Amino acid sequence: MIRRTVRFLDERTGSAPFLRKALRYVFPDHWSFLLGEVALYAFVVLVGTGIYLTLFFDPSTATTYYHGEYRPLHGFQMTEAYRSVVDISFKVKAGLLIRQTHHWAADVFVVAIVLHLLRIFFTGAFRKPRDLTYYIGLSMLAFALLEGYLGYSLADDLLSGMGLAIGYSVLMSVPVVGANLAELVWGGPFPGTPAFWSRMYVAHVFLLPMLIATLLGAHLLLVAARHHTQFRGPRKTERKVVGVPTFPGYAPRSLGLASAVTAVLFLLGGLVQINPIWLWGPYHVDQGTNGAQPDWYLGWLIGALRLVPGFDVTIGSYTLVPNPFWGGALLPLLVFGFLFLFPWAERRLTGDRAFHNLLDRPRDAPWRTAIGAAVFTWAALIFLAGSADRVFVTFFVSYGWQILFFRVAVWLVPVLVLVVTRRVCLELQASERVERERKLAEEEARRAAALEPVR
Amino acid sequence: MKALWRWIVAAIVLLLGRGRRPPRVEHERLVPAGKPSPRAEFLVLGLFGATAACAIAFVVVYAIESIPHQTQFLGLSLGLAFAFLAAALILIAHRLVVTEELEEDYPVPAHPAEQEALMELVEESGGRMTRKRLLILGGGAAGAALGAALVTPALSLGPAFEIAPFFRTPWRRGVRLVDERGRPLHASDILEETFYTAYAEGADREDIGSPLVVVRLRAADLDLPAGREGWAPRGIVAYSKICTHAGCAVALYRKPTFPPVEPRPALVCPCHYSTFDPARGAKVLYGPAGRPLPQLPLLVGPGGELRAAGNFSGAVGPAWWGVRNRRPS
Amino acid sequence: MRGVVRRLLVLAALALLAPGAAAAQSGSGLYAENCLRCHGPGGSGTPRGPRLRGVGAISADLYLRTGYMPLRSPGDQPTRRRSPFNPQQIDALVAYVASLGKGDPVPRPHPERGSLPVGLRLFTEHCAGCHQVLGEGGYVTGARVPPLEHATATQIAEAVRVGPYLMPRFPKTQITDRELDSLIAYVEWAKHPDDRGGWAIGHIGPVPEGLVAWLLAGTALVAVCVVIGKRNEA
Repeated sequence: MIRRTVRFLDERTGSAPFLRKALRYVFPDHWSFLLGEVALYAFVVLVGTGIYLTLFFDPSTATTYYHGEYRPLHGFQMTEAYRSVVDISFKVKAGLLIRQTHHWAADVFVVAIVLHLLRIFFTGAFRKPRDLTYYIGLSMLAFALLEGYLGYSLADDLLSGMGLAIGYSVLMSVPVVGANLAELVWGGPFPGTPAFWSRMYVAHVFLLPMLIATLLGAHLLLVAARHHTQFRGPRKTERKVVGVPTFPGYAPRSLGLASAVTAVLFLLGGLVQINPIWLWGPYHVDQGTNGAQPDWYLGWLIGALRLVPGFDVTIGSYTLVPNPFWGGALLPLLVFGFLFLFPWAERRLTGDRAFHNLLDRPRDAPWRTAIGAAVFTWAALIFLAGSADRVFVTFFVSYGWQILFFRVAVWLVPVLVLVVTRRVCLELQASERVERERKLAEEEARRAAALEPVR
Repeated sequence: MKALWRWIVAAIVLLLGRGRRPPRVEHERLVPAGKPSPRAEFLVLGLFGATAACAIAFVVVYAIESIPHQTQFLGLSLGLAFAFLAAALILIAHRLVVTEELEEDYPVPAHPAEQEALMELVEESGGRMTRKRLLILGGGAAGAALGAALVTPALSLGPAFEIAPFFRTPWRRGVRLVDERGRPLHASDILEETFYTAYAEGADREDIGSPLVVVRLRAADLDLPAGREGWAPRGIVAYSKICTHAGCAVALYRKPTFPPVEPRPALVCPCHYSTFDPARGAKVLYGPAGRPLPQLPLLVGPGGELRAAGNFSGAVGPAWWGVRNRRPS
Repeated sequence: MRGVVRRLLVLAALALLAPGAAAAQSGSGLYAENCLRCHGPGGSGTPRGPRLRGVGAISADLYLRTGYMPLRSPGDQPTRRRSPFNPQQIDALVAYVASLGKGDPVPRPHPERGSLPVGLRLFTEHCAGCHQVLGEGGYVTGARVPPLEHATATQIAEAVRVGPYLMPRFPKTQITDRELDSLIAYVEWAKHPDDRGGWAIGHIGPVPEGLVAWLLAGTALVAVCVVIGKRNEA
C-alpha cells in the first residue's frame, strides 16, 4: 500500500527525490530547540479553534437585549457581538471548551514565542546567516500581540472594552498624527463607527492570521534552507551538522510534541476558566470595574502606563506628547527596536561579521548575556508593576509604595543584573578553563608516568 | 456463523501476531536495524487504547447532555486523549524507532559564481538602455505616484483630517441631566457623600461626551478655577466621566467619613488610578493623567431640575495634540 | 394597702427597667472603656474620632460586627477582623450608641425578594469601580477596597446606607430598599458565581490567567520538551 502511495505521489508531483532528502533532513537534538515548535502547534490550535468560533460569532455592534439562559444578564442592553459570545459559552455544545481553548492557546502561544526568543537571543542564533529569520520571528511576535488584543476585544465585554479605550488613547497620544490615525482606524472619535468592529473582525480572522502564517512559512523555509544551528560538541562543527533525521526519528517526536501541546491546551480549556465574559457584563463607555487588566502579554504596557508620572508635554496650548505615549507607544517601540537592532549592533561592536552555525552557550558571550538579562529584567519589572494593585489587595503591600519602588527599581535593578550576570559568565568561563587545564595536566602526568620505565 | 468465526480468528491473529521479518539479501541498509522492544510495543498499544477510550468518552459526554460540568469533562476527555497520544508517540520515538545520529554538511554560506552570474544577467539585460538612471527615476516616480493613489481610498476609513468631531458633545445650555433610565435629575436629588452618573437628555448611550459624574460638596469647600463661579449651584459639580488619561470611566468616588484624618474627597479612575479633586475643578491629585477632567457648568431650572449652563471647560476624553486648543462649543 | 400597692408598683417598675438599665449601663461601661478616648463622652466626638450622636444602631452594628471598630490608631483604615467583643457586648454597645441620638435602626434586608439582573446593573453602576464587578475588592487611591466574600446581607445593607471610611453613602433616594434587596442578592450570588468554565482562579481575569499560562502550561510544555529532546553533554 505504501508502495502504491509513493508511486502515485512521485508520478503526479515528481517529488520522490525531494521527499527522500526531506525525510532524512537532520535535526540537531536539544530540548530547547523544540520551543519554537511549541509556538507553531499553539498557532495550529488557534487557527483550528478560531475557525470553529467564526462559525458562531456575530461581529455586529447592533444593540440587543439579552433573554438567554444566563439569568443575571436578563434584559441587559448589549451588542450582538457580546450576546453571541455569551451564547457560544452557554448555548453551543462544546462552545465554551473551544472558546477557552482558543484563549488559552493565545496566551500559551505568546509564552512559547517569548521562551523561544530568549533561547535564540541567549545562544546567538540570530547571527548571520539567520538574522533574516530572526527579523521575521520578531515581526510574528509583534503581530501575535496585536492579534491577541484584537481577539479578546471582539467580545465587547466590560474588561476588553476598557482596554480598547486605552488602545485608542495610546494611538491618540502619538505626536502630530495620533488623532488622525485614531480617527482613521475607529472611523471617528471613540467608540467609533460600527464599521470598526468589522475592521477588527477581518483583521483578526483573516488579515493577521494570513500575515502570520505567511511569515511562519518563510521562517520555517529559512530555517530549513540554512539548517538548524547546534551546540558545540563531538563531530559538531561549523561545517557539519549532527542530528536526528526527520524519518523515522524526528517525526514521532514532533507529532508527540504537537499532541502534548494540544493536550495541555484542551485540558486548560476544559478545566481552568479563562475570560468569563458573562461575569464581567457588556461594555458601556460610562462603566468601569476595578482590577481590569489586559491579557498577560500586554501587562508591560499597563505597568508602564501606571508608572509614568502625570504630565503631558505641552508648549502653550499645544499638547506635544500626551501622557499615554511614553508607556503605551514608546516602551514597545524601544523594546522591539532593541531586539531588531541587536544583531546589527553586535556585529558593529564586536566586529564579528562571520557566519555562525554553532551556538554560544550564554556564558560564552558575557556581554550579550548580560545586556539581554538586563533588558529582560527591565521589561519584567515593568510587568510586575502592572499588577501592583492586585498585589496590594491580596498581600496588603501599599500600592503607592510599590509604584515608588518600581519607579526606582526599574532603572537600578537592570544595572545590577548587567554587572552581576557578566561577572557570573566570566567566572563560569574561568572555572571551565581551570577544569580543562587541570584535566590536561593530569593527562600529561599520566602519559609521562606510563612512559617512565619501571624502576 | 462461519464468517463470524473467521473475523474472530483474524482479530486474534492481528492482536497477538508479530510480523516476522522475511529473510532478505544482505545489502546496505538506509536505516540501521534496532533492537525490538516488545514491552514498549505493549505500552504503546495500551496508550493508543487509552487515547481511543478518551476520544470515545468525549463523544459520549458531548452526546449525553445530562452529564453535568460538560465543559470540564469534554476538556478532560479530549485533553487526556491527546496526552495519551503524545505519550505513545514519544515512546515510539524513543523505543520503537531508531534514533540515529547522522552527519550532514551545512549548506555553503554563499554561491559567488551564481551571484556573479545573476549580476551579469541583470547588467547585460539592461544593455540596450542608454539612459538607465533616468528611466529608473521615471519608473520610480510612476510607481510611487501609483502607490500613493492606490493607498488614498484608505482615507475613507474615517474623517482623518477633521478635528471638530473631538470637540463635539451633546451638551448645550439648557440640556437636562438625566439618569440611566432617562429620568431628569433634580438638584434636590443630589445629596452629599455619594456620587451620581448623569447623561445628556436624548444623547446616544455610547457618546463619550455624554456621561457625567455628579457630586455635591459643601459650597464652602469649593475652590473652583477662575471663571467658574456660577458653575456649581448649591455646591453641585459635574465633570465628564471619561478619564482624560486613557478614556476609562471614572467610576470611583472617595468620600471621607472623618475628614480630619482621612483623604479628601476624590474621583478616581480604575484603570491607572488617576485621582481628581472635585472641589478644585477635578485637578489631578495623583496618577498619570495630564489634565483635569473637563467640568460642565450647571444651572437649576425652573422646576428644580439640573440643566447644563453651557458646554465643558475643555475637550472630553484622552489627549491629542490639539486637546488644549479650544473648548467644546 | 395603698402602701403595699405602691411598693409593688415600684418593684415592678424597677424589674422592668432594671435589665434595660443594666444593659445600658454595660453598654455605656463598654463605651467608656473602649470608645470614649476617640469618640468623646456621649459620642460628642474628638479630634481623634467622629461624633456618634445620631449615627444610629445601623452604623454601630456595622462597625462593631465587622470588627472595623475598635480601631488601633485614628488614621488607620478599618479592616474586617475578629471583634474583641462577644455578641452580647456588641448588642449592648449598639443599643448604647443608638440611644445617643436619633439614627436609623439596623436594617432588615430581604435579598430573596431581589432580582439578580437588577442587582448586577446596580452593582456595576455604583460599586464595581471600587469593589470589582464580582466583589473581589480593589484599590482606591489611599485605601484598600475590601473583597465582599465575608459580608452578610445585613452588613451589605448597612454599608450601603452608612458608607464606612471612604465609601460613599447611598441614601434611599438613590438606591431604594427594593433595589438594595436586589443589590444584596447579587453580592450573595457573586460569592459563588457561575463558573462553568472550570477553576475560577480568583475571578479577576488576566493576572492569574497569565500566571497559569506561565507556571502551569509553560512548565508542563518545557518539561515535555526536555523529555523529548536531549540535554547538553557536560
